[in-house]
Amino acid sequence: MFGMLKGLWEYRSFIVTSIRNEFIARFARSRLGGLWMIIHPLSQVAIYALILSNVLAARLPGIDNKYAYALYLMAGVLAWNLFSEIVSRCLNLFIEQGNLMKKMRFPRIALPVIVVGSCLLNNLLLFVAVLVVFAALGQMPSLDMFWLIPLTLVVTALAVGLGLVLGVVNVFVRDIGQVVPIILQVWFWFTPIVYSANVIPEYLRSFMNFNPMFSVVNAYHDVLVYQVSPDLNEIGITIGASILLMLLGLFMFRRAAPEMVDSL
Amino acid sequence: MTLLTVDNLGKAYRTYSSEWKRIANWFFAGAKPNHEHWVLRHISFAIRPGEAIGIVGQNGAGKSTLLKMITGTLQPTEGAVHVNGRIAAILELGMGFNPELTGRQNVYHAAGLMGFNNHEIDGAIKDIEAFAEIGEYFDESVRTYSSGMQMRVAFAVATAFRPDILIVDEALSVGDSYFQHKSFARIKEFQRQGTTLIIVSHDRGSIQALCDRAILLEGGTVIKDGAPEEVMDYYNALIADKENASVEVVSLDDGSKQTRSGSRKATIESVSLYDRAGAAVEYVGVGDEVTLCIKGEVHHDLPELVVGYVIKDRLGQSIFGTNTHYLDCKSTSVAAGKKFTYKFTFPANLGIGSYSVAVALHASETHIVENFEWLDLALVFNVVNVAQDTFVGLSWMPPKVEIEA
Repeated sequence: MFGMLKGLWEYRSFIVTSIRNEFIARFARSRLGGLWMIIHPLSQVAIYALILSNVLAARLPGIDNKYAYALYLMAGVLAWNLFSEIVSRCLNLFIEQGNLMKKMRFPRIALPVIVVGSCLLNNLLLFVAVLVVFAALGQMPSLDMFWLIPLTLVVTALAVGLGLVLGVVNVFVRDIGQVVPIILQVWFWFTPIVYSANVIPEYLRSFMNFNPMFSVVNAYHDVLVYQVSPDLNEIGITIGASILLMLLGLFMFRRAAPEMVDSL
Repeated sequence: MTLLTVDNLGKAYRTYSSEWKRIANWFFAGAKPNHEHWVLRHISFAIRPGEAIGIVGQNGAGKSTLLKMITGTLQPTEGAVHVNGRIAAILELGMGFNPELTGRQNVYHAAGLMGFNNHEIDGAIKDIEAFAEIGEYFDESVRTYSSGMQMRVAFAVATAFRPDILIVDEALSVGDSYFQHKSFARIKEFQRQGTTLIIVSHDRGSIQALCDRAILLEGGTVIKDGAPEEVMDYYNALIADKENASVEVVSLDDGSKQTRSGSRKATIESVSLYDRAGAAVEYVGVGDEVTLCIKGEVHHDLPELVVGYVIKDRLGQSIFGTNTHYLDCKSTSVAAGKKFTYKFTFPANLGIGSYSVAVALHASETHIVENFEWLDLALVFNVVNVAQDTFVGLSWMPPKVEIEA
């Protein structure tokens, strides 16, 4: 564990350069460059808002803003995007970087760290865009937004833990890479992002509690839309789950590392 | 003090009846693999600072696997590699280059991958740029580079910092011949400053020229470790065995259309090359006298039999060819069933390199009129320079020098 941290520190320049290069490379030769990163999730929000706002707007109690549904959507998408981006990129990470792992010696843990760094940067840009849209719709930033820092950490930990476990297993059982995107789709709809949590029928409620993203997305709503502090009891379980998943992910990553290169 | 110690190293690839068993094993389940394939086993050697080691072996002998374990990309299944110092490998140049980034950005990335921080790279970037010699292109995106330019930048980064151990794949050619010389000079300079070289090669010449020790791998183990000459001789014997066997296969196989042609009224049985002492050789020193021996059998009564041969370079260009018609010693009225042996003795006044011999049996001046048998690649031999002054080119024409004041 200590060796991993030491390796990461020695390769800090590489990690920072990699995150920066990824940005440069992704938007090289596109006119709008980094704007695309914000345009994609915002257009997703716009589509949902246009299609679903009339259906669901009336069912969002506790907000006066007439754009309430759009705000609600954006808050959820902000959380979900970070989660699904990290999971799906970790999922194929080792397969994509297989050649590099076979040919060069470097701390392998740098790979997921680069992914996390670049996803967090994307998320930060999206957050800035969300703030601008919020302000345009009449929702001003509040102090409660500082809750987003720990909340982001929780989402990241959960996503990295899950992503590492799935990414490592995917090297050996490639079906994982096919099935996870489907599961993520289903998961998205089982998380109150495009709908309000209180439209869920009572008999499904207890089932929803098993969804670790449920409480986190709720907390994002609390902080961004309702501008109140999140319910710490509710996220407590998710925090526990994300720490456990992180440890499991790191453990599997360490155990699998030698065989991973053999199988790539 | 040893720089690198390889201690009873072994690598096995394990297959399980189900991949889930492998995964269960990470959690100490103790599932048995249903197949273990050892590609390397019981490898032990030590390398001292400043040595130059050649690693030789046929394809599949385990050279790459061994190097990957030394560099640390592959984990050994048993045994260990102890390294005191930094290893750099020039095996895969341009790994991790991103075509959308500029040469400069890629240099930072690639050097970062080697473990250097930006501060250290800042100090070396000028040298890297100067060494690569690609001018303005250094700040253009790599997708606009020719492959040679990309190689230049990649080599400049890979050798920007002198490593304690440098692993070089000899087959590697970096760009044009000017840059090849430049990169080779840098490797030599590193060696002079105390870098240990590990060179992977099939080429006797470069192993003997560069290395003071060679290790021969075969079937996943070290079968010879010693002076380059001794190891290379052993290696050649090993290969010769193989080649003779394959020649037999070719001569028996009817599918060998490309190598053999002709009416088969007379056939070639064997083609071999002997040195002055009468021993079969595959390596010939520049200027040494050798004898090409062609044995065959006549199957029909022939009014005339001409035996000829052509020596070709590795690109297939004829270097020298003649036949018994031109040499004015053709046989006439040969009866069926007669066996024959022709010996051509000549000095191997050839440049360093690999050569092949094509042999033909025909009537009259050329094989165009009546071709009994034509055999391409009947024999392959190498010319090495052991005793003569250094020279370039395909032929050896030693001059006498007179300087008039």
